Order: sequence, then structure tokens, then C-alpha cells
Amino acid sequence: MPIKTIFQGTTERMEILDHEGNLDEALMPDLSEDRIRELYRNMNLMRAFDDKAIKLQRQGRMGTWAPTLGQEAAQAGLAMALKKEDWLAPTFRESGVMLLSGVPAVNIYAYWKGDEKGSLLPEGVNCLPPSVPIASQMVHAAGIGMALKKKGMKAAAVGFGGDGATSEGDFHEALNFAAVFKAQTLFYIQNNQWAISVPVKMQTASATLAQKALAYGMPGLQVDGNDVFAVYRASREALESIRNGGGPRLIEAVTFRLQNHTTADDQSRYRTPESVDYWRQRDPVKRLREFLITRKMWDDAREAALQSELSAIVEGWVTELEARPAPDPADMVRFMYKEMPWYLKEQEAVLMKEAGQ
Amino acid sequence: MTAQAQKAVESETKKLTLVQAVQDALRTEMELDERVLVLGEDVGIDGGVFRATEGLLDRFGPERIMDTPLAESGIVGVSIGLAVAGFRPVAEIQFMGFLYPALNQLFAHASRFRNRSRGRYPVPMVIRTPYGGGIHPPEHHSESYESLLINTPGIKVVVPSTPYDTKGLLISAIRDDDPVVFMESEKIYRAFREEVPVEAYTVPLGKLKVAREGKDVTLIAWGAMTRIAIESAEFLAADGISAEVLDLRTLNPLDLDPLLESVRKTGRAVIVHEAPRNAGFGAEIAALIQERLLLDLLAPVQRVTGFDCVFPFPMTEEQYLPSRSRVIQAVKRTLEY
Repeated sequence: MPIKTIFQGTTERMEILDHEGNLDEALMPDLSEDRIRELYRNMNLMRAFDDKAIKLQRQGRMGTWAPTLGQEAAQAGLAMALKKEDWLAPTFRESGVMLLSGVPAVNIYAYWKGDEKGSLLPEGVNCLPPSVPIASQMVHAAGIGMALKKKGMKAAAVGFGGDGATSEGDFHEALNFAAVFKAQTLFYIQNNQWAISVPVKMQTASATLAQKALAYGMPGLQVDGNDVFAVYRASREALESIRNGGGPRLIEAVTFRLQNHTTADDQSRYRTPESVDYWRQRDPVKRLREFLITRKMWDDAREAALQSELSAIVEGWVTELEARPAPDPADMVRFMYKEMPWYLKEQEAVLMKEAGQ
Repeated sequence: MTAQAQKAVESETKKLTLVQAVQDALRTEMELDERVLVLGEDVGIDGGVFRATEGLLDRFGPERIMDTPLAESGIVGVSIGLAVAGFRPVAEIQFMGFLYPALNQLFAHASRFRNRSRGRYPVPMVIRTPYGGGIHPPEHHSESYESLLINTPGIKVVVPSTPYDTKGLLISAIRDDDPVVFMESEKIYRAFREEVPVEAYTVPLGKLKVAREGKDVTLIAWGAMTRIAIESAEFLAADGISAEVLDLRTLNPLDLDPLLESVRKTGRAVIVHEAPRNAGFGAEIAALIQERLLLDLLAPVQRVTGFDCVFPFPMTEEQYLPSRSRVIQAVKRTLEY
């Protein structure tokens, strides 16, 4: 009996606006000029928000921060495709998409400054606190996606991860559970090519991260993560299908982390400035700005006005952040359980006494 | 239904084993609360390897009784997601020795969500897991590592020792708004039957039970070791020694006041657990007793525990587990001090 092929999978890549300014008109999503300028504004807002946090950290006014520089298209494009009913299960590098999907900026800053209250979000914002153990939050997104399906809700859960996350067992368990139970979950992998010091080539022998979805029986798509139109189109199509019960999907957005892993990291230990420069030339914000200028949708005056507007907004957030009352130390024991057991009440009393309360 | 008939139903009982009480608790609570889901390996058509979920698939269907892929981290992780999104998942981890792959989800997330979100995202979930030695299984089927869980803030730990308590405590655990690990002793799953009310009822979490009253020494135990403590007390009674037996039932939060009250009365305490001794929960209980009752003690607090070794293969497990004779010797040490 001849050996037969029993499975053949293919993995596609979507690009709409390349870094030389070539546009695939057929794939270009239907976006008004205002919507495109809104995307551009969102990407710049994310960048200003990130840049300010790094400066604050250098001045001792912020804790360790995980920069998002270079990943603006990958996050702003997705954010525009999200709806209020959708859920986010972010990692620590999702400050941009969180900001752009309703998490108050001051909450994000407060979290990174070191106040747990930053993760106490307003009702109606369906976003879990950022998860630090890599890939673990993707399983929560699978569970939330199962819950949305059970409740018959037209909403999706987004489980975030980076290239490094795809090596963790929880990545595989999350994809497998989501596929088996047809969860309403999008797995959104930002392949920024570096897990701290380890490049993606050392992370996996697979040609792409998107193809890993095939093994679990779900569609996987690679997009140019620095092309905001491709990110938006792919995200919107995936989310619409997921919300309508089409099962989970995976998107790999290929991008690049232009900054250190965190403000505590020194990228010069593991990569050359030239390798970063290659990607700086593929800056997603620059790519969209050139698109807008070429099509007479943008000019220097608008740019200057935008930058000064954003800078004022971010300064306002910093003022708000620094006006927040310091956290009450005794709060550390107050939220472990719905009701404090006797021993936490004893410990609360110690903290309160030390704080002179 | 007439009031009289209603009363008859309410007072109706069935004679159940501990594992049947688990099933009865799940069935009863699932009838009352449609948010309750059961998930785990083999919990569906097989009814669980110990039959703790027998018949539930037929009654509630695959949307509520979910046979999952074989992945413990996934089971606990998706349970967190289900809980955050409004369900009350009861996950079965087939044996406590298989909980290790899920400890990241349990320790890094389930226990912390409420605190991390300052109350916005509680995780009302139960992890049921058979634990402990005595049924001659292969390796990894006899673990009893409650102290790891107790040392992790944010998790409640419950260990019933009777069918009645099992049903009432499991219903309380499901209704609780915090994550609960519910440890079910494999050894006593079918050891004896007890009258268990047919309807739903609760036994409160965080409350110990005086399983036997006495005045000379306090034996402190939980789960299968409660049986050993009670049997030891019966032997001691023949020698004229009156032992009080406390069944802790909930390990976290520990019901400290009645425990101290008992030791204050007897002046002697012997703690019995099958987990290893090093940093076991017995050490914490002994420390609490000496911190608060030093001058009431007539003898040093004694511990009868498993050895500080890997739980042995079946041919020597009887020698590993705390026995009546070891408990009786420990009691005599406190009396002869």
C-alpha cells in the first residue's frame, strides 16, 4: 500500500502597505481618511505614552517599564478591531493595546509605578491585569473564550503572547483547549523577535509561529506587524469569525522591539546597533506617516499640532498619576480573600500600627 | 408539594460513602446553580477514575460536564478564565501527584487574581483532588502536599474525613468566592457509609469539628488521619487515657480558637499528618500552640507524620503512614514527660 499524505497545511502571510510605501489596493481595508488618521494618532499616542514612561523611570518616578517602541502597528491595528464586549488577557508588553481599548492611562502607569490598585479597572473594561509568567495568560483567554461561547455572547477573548511564549507548555495547552472546545478566543502573538536576549531562531525550529496553529486544528495567519492596515484587516476578520462561533484563531504579527526588554535590560549585551537600525528603518509609525503625506492626508503643520496635543495629554496623565494617594500598606493583606481570616486581621493590625493608623 | 411532604424530603437521608457524597454534592449544587461546571480528565463518560462524577454527564450534558484534554495546567488555567467570566468551575485533578504541572496556574494566578485586581476579579473555583496513601497505587498517586498550598496565600484548603462533611464542605467550597483546593482521601473514599441528607446543606469552611471529646490530650488531624486518631483514642480509652480528637476539616484558614481551647484544657497536643514532617502543617500548628499557650502546656507538642522521603511504593507504604501505634506512643510520651 502506498504511503499517503494525510495532512497538508499551508500558512499565509498578509501585507498591505510595505515599508517602501507600496500598497495592495485590493486588500486595503475600507477605512475613511478620518479613521486612518485616527489609527495614526493612536500609534503616536501609544508612542508618547511609552516614551514618557521610560523618561519617568530614568528620573526615579516610575518602576521598571516594558517598552513598546516599534510595536505600535501591531497593537493599535488590533485595538481598532476590538469591541467593548471583547476580553483581553495581556502580558506586560500590552500597554499600548490596553490604553487604546479603554484601560485608563493612569491605571497602567500606576501599575508600573508599583501600586496594585492600578489593576482595579472601571466596570465594563474587560481586561485582566497584565500577566508576568510567560504564556500563562493564554490559558485564561481560552477559558474566557469557552465561557463566552457557553453564554452565547458575540464577543471574543484575546490571549496575548510573544515569540518566547510559543515555547511554553501553556501556549500549547491554551491552543489545544481552545480548539477542542471551539472557544471564542484569538491568540495574538507579537513576534518581536527577541525574548530578552534569545532570538526567535533559537526559540523554535519552525519557519513561522503562525504555522503552530495548524497542529491544533485552527487557522494561523502571519501578518506584517509593522503594517497597521494588515494588522487591522487580519484582526477584524479573525475577531468577526470568532465572535460568530467560527472557533479560535491565531495571528502572528511579525514586528520588532526597538527598545530594551525592560528599563532594567541592556540590549547591547546581545544585539548590535546595526541589527536594530535595520528595523528602525521599518518603523511602523514612519511608514503610516509617509503613506498619509504621499496621499495629501497629512502635513508638517498637522504633525506639529498632533505632537503638541499628545504631549499635553501625556503630561496630564503624569500629573494625575503623581496626585494619586500613596497605597495603604495594609491593603497588601486585605484582598487575599473575600473575607480576611483571623491571621490576616492580626497582620493588618501590625501594618496599620506601623503606619500610625 | 405539601408542607408535610416537603419536610419529609428535607429530612430524607441516604447512606453514602465519601466518594458518593462528592458526587451527591456536585449533583445537588449543579441542580441549584447553573453556573457550576465540572471539568477534568475522565470526568464525563467514565464518571471519574474514582467514580466521583458518575452519572453527571447523563444528567447535565457535555456543556456542564466536560471531559478535557489531558493537561493539568490547561484544566486549572481555563477554570480561572471560566470563573472570571462568571462560571463556578469545579476542576478535578485526577490525583494530587498530578497537580504539579498546574501549580503555576494555581500559585501564580488563581491565588492572586483577587489581590492583583484589588477585588475586581475573584476566582470562585474548586480544585478537587484525591490525595494520600493507603490504596497501593503506582508512584505519584499518594501525595499529600497540603503544606505547599497552605504556604501559598490566596488558596483555601479543605480536607473532609466523613461523607456528611464531604457533601456540606464541598457545597460550601463551590459557593465560596475564593479558590478552594478540596483534598479527598483515596484511603477513605469507600471506607464507611454515613447518613447524608438528600438536599443541599453546607458545613462552613474554616471550622474544625471535635470528633471525640476527651480531657488528657488533644489529637489534631485531618482527612484519613482523623480515622487513625479516633481509633487511637479508642485504644487509649481502654488504658484509661481520655483523648480529644480534633478534625480540622479546613486547613486554611485554620480554626485556631477552638484548637487552642482544647489544648488549654488538656495541656497536651499530638498532631498527626501523613505528609512529610519538614515544614509540614504540623510545624505551623505546633508553633501557634507554643506562641499562645506555652505556660498551659504540660509536655512538648508531638508530631506523628510521614517520613521526609518520597512516598514509597506499595510494598512499604504501610510502614510510611502514621499508625495507631505511633500515635499511641506519641501520646504516652506527652503523658510521661
